Amino acid sequence: MMKQWQVAKRILPLLAVFSLLLSACGREDLSVMKPQGPVAQGQYDLMKLSIAIMIVVLIIVFAIAAYVLIRFRRRAGQNEVPEQVEGNFKLEVIWTAIPLLLVIVLAVPTVQTIFAQGEDLSKDKNAIQVKVTSHQYWWEFTYPQYDVTTSQDLIIPTGKKIAFELKTADVLHSFWVPSLAGKMDTNPDGTVNKFSFSAPNEGVYRGKCAELCGRSHAFMEFKVKAVSQESFDRWVNEMKAPAVLPEDTQLAEKFKTNCLSCHAVGDQGGPVAPNLTGIGGKEAVAGILLNQREGQEEGNPVLDNMKEWLHDPQSVKPGNTMPNPKDLGLTDEEIDGIAEYLANYKLDYE
Amino acid sequence: MDWITTVDHKKIAILYLIAGGFFFGIGGIEAILIRIQLMKPMNDFVSAQVFNELITMHGTTMIFLGVMPIIFAIMNAVVPLQIGARDVAFPFVNALGFWTFLFGGLLLNLSWIMGGAPDAGWTSYTPLSSSEYSGTHGVDFYTIGLQIAGLGTLIGGINFLATIITMRAPGMSYMRMPMFTWTTFITSAIILFAFPAITVGLVLLTFDRILGANFFDVANGGNPVLWQHIFWIFGHPEVYILILPAFGIISEVIPTFARKRLFGYSSMVFATILIAFLGFMVWAHHMFTTGLGNVANALFSISTMLIAVPTGIKIFNWLFTMWGGQIRFTAANLFAVGFVPTFVMGGVTGVMLASAPADFQFHDTYFVVAHFHYVIVGGLVLGLFSGLHYWWPKMFGRILSETLGKWTFWTFMIGFQLTFFVQHFLGLMGMQRRIVTYLPNQDFDLLNLVSSVGAFLMGVGVIMFLVNIVITTRKPVNAPNDPWEDGRTLEWSIPSPPPEYNFKQTPLVRGIDAYWKEKMAGHTEMTPAEPVGSIHMPSATPLPFVMSVGIFIAGLGLMFSKDDFGNAFMNGLFNNYIVVIIGLLITFGAMALRSLYDDHGWHIEPEDQDEKGVRT
Ligand code: HEM
Ligand SMILES: [Cu+2]
Repeated sequence: MMKQWQVAKRILPLLAVFSLLLSACGREDLSVMKPQGPVAQGQYDLMKLSIAIMIVVLIIVFAIAAYVLIRFRRRAGQNEVPEQVEGNFKLEVIWTAIPLLLVIVLAVPTVQTIFAQGEDLSKDKNAIQVKVTSHQYWWEFTYPQYDVTTSQDLIIPTGKKIAFELKTADVLHSFWVPSLAGKMDTNPDGTVNKFSFSAPNEGVYRGKCAELCGRSHAFMEFKVKAVSQESFDRWVNEMKAPAVLPEDTQLAEKFKTNCLSCHAVGDQGGPVAPNLTGIGGKEAVAGILLNQREGQEEGNPVLDNMKEWLHDPQSVKPGNTMPNPKDLGLTDEEIDGIAEYLANYKLDYE
Repeated sequence: MDWITTVDHKKIAILYLIAGGFFFGIGGIEAILIRIQLMKPMNDFVSAQVFNELITMHGTTMIFLGVMPIIFAIMNAVVPLQIGARDVAFPFVNALGFWTFLFGGLLLNLSWIMGGAPDAGWTSYTPLSSSEYSGTHGVDFYTIGLQIAGLGTLIGGINFLATIITMRAPGMSYMRMPMFTWTTFITSAIILFAFPAITVGLVLLTFDRILGANFFDVANGGNPVLWQHIFWIFGHPEVYILILPAFGIISEVIPTFARKRLFGYSSMVFATILIAFLGFMVWAHHMFTTGLGNVANALFSISTMLIAVPTGIKIFNWLFTMWGGQIRFTAANLFAVGFVPTFVMGGVTGVMLASAPADFQFHDTYFVVAHFHYVIVGGLVLGLFSGLHYWWPKMFGRILSETLGKWTFWTFMIGFQLTFFVQHFLGLMGMQRRIVTYLPNQDFDLLNLVSSVGAFLMGVGVIMFLVNIVITTRKPVNAPNDPWEDGRTLEWSIPSPPPEYNFKQTPLVRGIDAYWKEKMAGHTEMTPAEPVGSIHMPSATPLPFVMSVGIFIAGLGLMFSKDDFGNAFMNGLFNNYIVVIIGLLITFGAMALRSLYDDHGWHIEPEDQDEKGVRT
């Protein structure tokens, strides 16, 4: 008994070093190993437990293997035939029982977590309900309690539980914000998936599509932006305010006929394409062209990104369904004009 | 010509080896291209479309056309010899299995030059794989090519079952069978139960795509999750179809080079059966994020974790086989010894994945990519290398160069660890799988570079193996019966390569490790169980080849039956299913010929039975 404890004592610092190593990996807004909310934390705890168990297993196996390989190599002149051992019942029972024990140690918290995290909050009035609809290759977020729809940037209040209902408009996608929670597939209507997470801290978290969904699968990113409750309420109000259209009436007309046939701003336009309300203030254009933000080195000015997208959407996201504005009959100046208008279309809520 | 008509299991083994090696090479080139693309962020070495085709074809090719045939090659070469048989139960069917596999594989790869490879991933999840979202013929090549190739596998599996059940030499009870034969037996049983699932799935998907059915279309009452169930009910056991033979190989190589009998033989057999059984119960662990609900997730979590128990038994049995032995580090044994820790690594990450809430994070990331490559490459491919080095002299009568073999091992092994170890971390850091590229500044850059460098190194290792083969092929055929000197099983009691009829006299088996037992008793050869006599042999025939050509033509015809060729003649030919009918006529015609024309084979008389191996 005493001896085993000694072994454990030796393994413990190793585990500590290992978890340090693990948590040194990756960005805070992206890495599974730097959980930023209770759901991701619960999952990370399970991962740490399983890694710990597995490292113990690895150490034992590697140690035996190393010992055997060094100790029992055939030496020159060694010719007597080694004893042909049939097996050893006791030993075999031991290495059946120990893995079984380890499995139980892992299985119990696993099952607990499954049921704890799998709670259905879709009827919970204290939770913010969000309906996620995935499209090739963008994300649509509807807040039925507020009658607001947005895209690409999911705005949530800190601390509140967000209850998701996920479905897809076309092929399967998977909704994943690594630092907040594991992923969940978006299936076509009929098998709507539910899950929830919350973000205690303000910040922007990177989200990804995790299920191969076509050519621009890699570019189907989104952001989760956790803001204070007051900011969130202001954001909802701003989203519901009437549309802001370009001042230039000619440009406004072009914008309405060419873009609002699919997109919406405020109370105008359609639901076929991402909602553009406040697009100039979003984290990225088309989810992938990062906009410059304070305190962050990455990204380009939002106007540059907007122009890049509008001058050639296909080169940014191959296979997406937006027509090239040039093909819609817009001149370069008009496109630049619309780009400038959209880049300046920001909501004031932070 | 000789090769097209052969029904000899030893030659079919070589055919499988060449064809499997060829496809393995194609899959490897695809892998290298993928790794070049992912070497740095925002790379545009290939387009997004080509990338999706590359990952789809890499996965599909490697699993169905690369490693499976090489497994079949070794099984064909070894199993009849290990059980003291003169051939497999149905030599004709054996040839048919090979040719359908080959033509299925060729059909699938024709897609590269005939207008677009499949691009929906090797899992081909609907609706992405439906004709609505995958408009080229790519996925048709996938469904029809795999259908034809799968037919070959199913045929092969049934053949091995029959062979092992009915053709064991006198005295070889089930509990005296060599481990590799055991794993072949269990693997074949898995094939028998798993392949019908994928067959049905592929038929349904073909119907959806070509005939406009709605099995997976929600708008018309279908269900895409159904495809996932069908696919994984096949797909998970498939993993065991791949890994069990590797277990078998390791269980042969380690005892030989440790000069000890396999530790815990009966628990090994029991563990193998248990793994196969559990393998069928855990398919939904690929679907935790599909939304099956808490209860299903909990059950599948636990059943998956349980597989760790029989696998653990095997690992410790191997380690204790070496305990107290005299280990020789030949190339074959290096691969076998390297297999153990590498496979354990893949196994432990498997247990981690089994924990459903954690899998919500792991699933569809590079962590999973790392995990299954540790199992398939670190487990199976190392196993295959080990087996090939081990049985090469038996198959070809020439011993592969040991020096080159060791170099192959070290480059491949180091390359492998470089490539896949870091991918665990990429996944944990938030890199999803199957992405054509990634934004910079996510901490993905360096590890991806390391991974790509490792992949090149693995490529070098494989090339060394090829060089080894070429050099060895130029040497004279001079391997002795028992080139490793410590061979334990029946195949080592006959010449290398074996004569056409394998055993002049069927041997009498007196225990586990039959040949070793005789050697220990001071004999140099097996005690025969029958007098020398005339040996019956099956005739060579081109019919299996012709049948497969027919199926191939029918497949192509079906695929293009809806196309407009801008040419009345071609349209008439394809759109009226005339090509399909021609293909089927060829196949059925060949079948009819086979049934109507009685071929009793021929005999080798005792005076023609020379003890030396025939040249292949
Ligand atoms: C000149 C007029 C248009 C403008 C200025 C415009 C602008 C934009 C912008 C800024 C985005 C990125 C949205 C985001 O980051 O949330 C976008 C994406 C998109 N647009 Fe348009 N758009 C126009 C016309 C259209 C039309 C007519 C359609 C429908 C046929 C359309 C379909 C889409 C789609 C499907 C996406 C998502 C692409 C993806 O991310 O995969 N757009 N558009
Ligand atoms: Cu997607």
